[in-house]
Amino acid sequence: MAVLSEEQSMLRDAAKSWVQEKSPVTAFRKMRDSGAELGYDVTAWNEMAEMGWAGVIIPEEYGGSNFGYLSLGLILEELGRTLTASPLLSSGLAAASALILGGSDAQKSEWLPRIAEGTAVGALAIDEGPHHNPEKVAAEFKGGKITGKKTFVLEGMAADVLVVSAKGADGVGLYLVKANDPGVSRHKLSLADSRGAANIEFKDAAAEPLTGGAALVEKVLDRARAGVAAEMLGSAVQAFETTLDYLKVRVQFGQVIGSFQALQHRAAKMFTDLELSRSAVEAALAAIDADSPDVPELVSLAKAKMGDTFHLVSNEMVQMHGGIGMTDAHDAGFYLKRARAAEAAFGNQAFHRDRYARIQGY
Amino acid sequence: MADFGGTDLEAFRAEARGWIEANFPAALKGKPNPMMGEERPKPSADQEAWRKAMGDKGWGVPTWPAAYGGGGLSGGEARVIQQELNRAGAYNPIGGMGVMMFGPTLLEYGTEDQKREHIPPIVKGEIQWCQGFSEPGAGSDLASLQTKAEDKGDHFEINGQKIWTSGAQYADWCFCLVRTDTAKKHEGISFVLFTMHQPGVEVRPIKLIAGSSPFCETFFTNARAEKKDLVGPLNGGWTIAKRLLQHERSGLTGAGGGLGGGGKSLEQLAKDYVGVDDKGRIADSDLRTRLVNNAINWRAFQQTAIRAMMESKGNAGPSSATSIMKNAGTQLIQERHEMTLEIMGHQGLGWEGEDFSKDELEAVRGWLFGKAFTIFGGSQEVQSNIVSKRILGLPDLTQNH
Ligand SMILES: Cc1cc2nc3c(=O)[nH]c(=O)nc-3n(C[C@H](O)[C@H](O)[C@H](O)COP(=O)(O)OP(=O)(O)OC[C@H]3O[C@@H](n4cnc5c(N)ncnc54)[C@H](O)[C@@H]3O)c2cc1C
Repeated sequence: MAVLSEEQSMLRDAAKSWVQEKSPVTAFRKMRDSGAELGYDVTAWNEMAEMGWAGVIIPEEYGGSNFGYLSLGLILEELGRTLTASPLLSSGLAAASALILGGSDAQKSEWLPRIAEGTAVGALAIDEGPHHNPEKVAAEFKGGKITGKKTFVLEGMAADVLVVSAKGADGVGLYLVKANDPGVSRHKLSLADSRGAANIEFKDAAAEPLTGGAALVEKVLDRARAGVAAEMLGSAVQAFETTLDYLKVRVQFGQVIGSFQALQHRAAKMFTDLELSRSAVEAALAAIDADSPDVPELVSLAKAKMGDTFHLVSNEMVQMHGGIGMTDAHDAGFYLKRARAAEAAFGNQAFHRDRYARIQGY
Repeated sequence: MADFGGTDLEAFRAEARGWIEANFPAALKGKPNPMMGEERPKPSADQEAWRKAMGDKGWGVPTWPAAYGGGGLSGGEARVIQQELNRAGAYNPIGGMGVMMFGPTLLEYGTEDQKREHIPPIVKGEIQWCQGFSEPGAGSDLASLQTKAEDKGDHFEINGQKIWTSGAQYADWCFCLVRTDTAKKHEGISFVLFTMHQPGVEVRPIKLIAGSSPFCETFFTNARAEKKDLVGPLNGGWTIAKRLLQHERSGLTGAGGGLGGGGKSLEQLAKDYVGVDDKGRIADSDLRTRLVNNAINWRAFQQTAIRAMMESKGNAGPSSATSIMKNAGTQLIQERHEMTLEIMGHQGLGWEGEDFSKDELEAVRGWLFGKAFTIFGGSQEVQSNIVSKRILGLPDLTQNH
């Protein structure tokens, strides 16, 4: 684990105890079973916001604590452990990043304080097809309005403000669109991981540009990707630990199944991959905090490595639990479904391997 | 070599084609096999008529002996029937665990009376069977099972619990492993049959990660099995169980089905969803490499299946290649499930609703259910243990238990 400052340690401990007490996997199960409209528990989200988590990367002048991305990553990791669903990533990380990096003073003043206190939710609307492809943008910005379609917008139903990529006079850039604009129609998606997402159509929706063009799109996406990777790390670690516990208690052939080397070595392999993934995720978050030029490659490295690891661990979780892992009553299926959705979010492993290769000149 | 064609088979082909044309209800053409569904809605009149026709003809189980209602045909003729069914867009309505596992086992180990009683209803598709093997404490270590059968003179009284019993909620009969001697492990197990339609049997469906409930917890409280329905000798059930598991595994190696994609090849699916480059290659080269890898292994797998079949005909025993088939096949299928989802991208993450096509939703459910392929019928690990010790002659550390 990264060497943490005192504040970071406190933040992580607070997150850990809140998550374990208030938001165990049973809370996620309850949310799913209730068919929660937004794909998260609003009361839990309000509690998170009260603890200041939605403002961790937001400057103090806009109501945040300015603790940085590594700090926010620690919280996302803890939330990931129990699959806690919330708009923290979409709003407190992705949309907040877009505003911090590309917003005018007026735009920041309008949205950041509300995002920080959790009273407004922001979301990122980038993709237009079944695959993450931020360079392929058909949505158009003309005369202060956006027309186009966006798919798979995480927390799209909950959002008050949408950060939308579109082609303007100077190429692709990001724009702010109010979700209640009459030109916005949202359609809720019902996903395997039970999280909130929407397909959104824009018809002459009033939009305000952010500054930064295509470079801003990539910068914001890299922050979102690193955030998903941090959440995935927590989920994968928990999936692993739950499996490890099971290996120590399930008895077959008169011994715990963890005594079979066929399983021991696979557990050791998962542990290895998790350690490698943690380094990659923390390095990416630290690079963002340092505003290092290496951010793109470190983020792609982290998302690719973390994706492979979560993929492996989520499969092994089911396999090593045997029949019980196939049941809906067990948590394994939740981690499996979440893994594939998180892998696909903001670019899957193949996307990031390719991006890493291009950056490195392979 | 008659299997690969020849005039005798061509005559049979003409007969099969004519019969299928005359008997297969046109309305069912291209429709999925209701036996493959996880739920069992009431069959339509057409479905019933087709089941009855195939059942009376014995062609649902073409190679089973005619004496018990089977087709009494050769392997070559059986393949012709399958080809002609495919050609007509028809499915084989005779299936389930009775056909796949129990029937072949009873034909081998049952008494004449048992075969006469239990085989014809399987041939006709009238009776559905379920497999009462696994228990909460006895999965991979099946022989540690605890469900007890007590000798009550003319019958056995059964008490205990089974779990993961596929289709128990639809089953009429159960073939069940029970403990008849508590002092011994493998040598204390018997193989009994009993009706599920009795007061001492209770089933509780269990929901799967794929959303459906195709299997159950099954409880026995003073349930009754007649003495005549003990298969093989008392305490001699383990040998029969092992044979049955072999049938189960060979049935599972091809456990394809439900690949999603509406019957499209993965290659085509990838081109449709991911696009192609200027030379017509799948645009995502990373994905392309993995697809090709799977395709190569898939071909090798099919080549092995054919080789194993040829060898087992030439030699006395089964080919050693058969031992690898379940793991090799199920792993390739799971890879294909994963890549199908990856190809579909965000569209391959849907749970329900009109934003996703039927194929996309089926791909997700199929992917989830497919995780069971390496768990049931002997898990991947148990299969590898069998290969290691029985084929490769490596020591077995679990032997003492
Ligand atoms: C969809 C589905 C349908 C099923 N249908 C039926 C049915 O109709 N009837 C029926 O009787 N059963 C059925 N089963 C049960 C199935 O046969 C068992 O799940 C299987 O035998 C594994 O047992 P278990 O679930 O208890 O897992 P466990 O035996 O507890 O295994 C847990 C893990 O440990 C591993 N393991 C165990 N022993 C070893 C070892 N020696 N070396 C290395 N690894 C080991 C396993 O491979 C697995 O990964 C079904 C299961 C599923 C998922």
